[in-house]
Amino acid sequence: MSADGDGPDDGADGGGPDDGADAEATMDAAEYPDGSLTYPAHPIGPGGQEPVGTVDLSAYTAEVITWTTSTATPPGVREPNTLAIVEFDVDGEPVRAIGQVTTDDVETGDTVQPVYCEELRDPDAGIREPDSQAWDGFRFEPVT
Amino acid sequence: MERVAIIGASMTQFGQRDAWIRELLAEAGSACLDDAGVAPDAVDHLYVSNMASGEFEGQTGVPNALAHDLAAVPAYTARVDQTSASGGAGVYAAWQSVASGASDMSLLVGGERMTHRTTAEATDVIASLTHPVEYKHGVTLPSFAGLTARHYLETYGAPRESLGKVAVKNHRNGVDNPHAQFRTEVDLDTVLESPVVADPLRLYDFCPITDGSAGLLLCPESVAREYTDEYAVVSGIAGATDTHVVHERADPTTMGGVVNSSEAAYRMAGVGPDDVDVAELHDMFTILEFLQSEDLGFFEKGEGWKAVEEGVTDRDGELPINTSGGLKSKGHPLGASGVAQVYEVYKQVTGHAGARQVDAETGLACNVGGFGNCVTTTILEGAV
Repeated sequence: MSADGDGPDDGADGGGPDDGADAEATMDAAEYPDGSLTYPAHPIGPGGQEPVGTVDLSAYTAEVITWTTSTATPPGVREPNTLAIVEFDVDGEPVRAIGQVTTDDVETGDTVQPVYCEELRDPDAGIREPDSQAWDGFRFEPVT
Repeated sequence: MERVAIIGASMTQFGQRDAWIRELLAEAGSACLDDAGVAPDAVDHLYVSNMASGEFEGQTGVPNALAHDLAAVPAYTARVDQTSASGGAGVYAAWQSVASGASDMSLLVGGERMTHRTTAEATDVIASLTHPVEYKHGVTLPSFAGLTARHYLETYGAPRESLGKVAVKNHRNGVDNPHAQFRTEVDLDTVLESPVVADPLRLYDFCPITDGSAGLLLCPESVAREYTDEYAVVSGIAGATDTHVVHERADPTTMGGVVNSSEAAYRMAGVGPDDVDVAELHDMFTILEFLQSEDLGFFEKGEGWKAVEEGVTDRDGELPINTSGGLKSKGHPLGASGVAQVYEVYKQVTGHAGARQVDAETGLACNVGGFGNCVTTTILEGAV
């Protein structure tokens, strides 16, 4: 764990395209004094306190809580777009995340691992200002 | 504190309209004043519920534009944006303005112009409310619905068909709403065989993209009596939020904003869920009708689907839900929807709902923004 994660609300995972190597990318959840975790980080956590560190979720596997395959995707997004809400177990502390799945072949309860993707959607195609957030991140890949 | 009354209401044709946002707002605003017989110069406060006229049309500053177009200058104006819940939040703002004594006559108009955009573009405008970690993955409101619907069906053992029956019911109700975008019934097979949009949800599980507007006129009850004997009273109203990041909620099938806003609204009105005779819920997606009907306390968690299966929520059922046709068939012009929900409840509790009329003294409207991110619950009672 470290206390020098990315900004709490810019949507960035650690590392990213500028780092040049996906081996350096991290999927940072925030850790709070009461031991709780959130992904993404927030300036103030659920218990009302500021984060004291980060946990790199890319080092963990997670369980699929639910999933969907979206066929009506907005500009710059792959079609179809299979998404999942997953839950990590970080030394007994649960933390959930949402993200794209690497395959359409996924089921609730599957175990998945985060896999780095340099660009999850085309930053120039949608309504959001490209420079306002990060566009790299982690997809979830079922573990066979 | 004097009670706040609604003495006028209006709703334009919902659907694909030639009119742009200024014209839509003026149409509903003018009709609302006419409905109550109130002159424009009597309006102290003018609120406009609208999510994204700037993003959709490049037209901002719409409240001031409306005040000018209605000859309501120098009324105080404000725009209320709470995404899909802008309408309900506008009702709350207008109610607050009267209840506080700041205004003796508050006009609320909600509206949105959307259909000139492609479905993909409109979906992106709405999805812009999401957190960056959601947006970069292409998460949309329909995909939240698919994720939640699967979890609901798997958790509570509800059949896929039960979601389809929400669409069938609300389309059936919409046939009798002259303002609805769709006035045609659909059968269950059509719903279940329509194209997949966000698995397991299909096209008929989703509301359409819509242009339209609606209006309400609020004043102190003592002022209401100067104009009419037929009015409704806002007996309870409250708003609440849930997490911005949807996956951070402990239970994906519970909308905390619905729970908290309704509990406060019930407490203010001195009623409970069993006292509600008719309800308008935010069925932007069929799954949302289940979640809200449970989180409002009408049914136990995980049991809302059974009520639909058993006809409890039909127009002739024990608790009619979405007699207007809901967002599902009536349409969903974002900023207008919460206002149009209260329009329907107002018509019901004042006995002017025509072919849609049910026996109702107390009605409830639940307007949801984002995927339960922000909610306003409003309870109306007919004046006696």
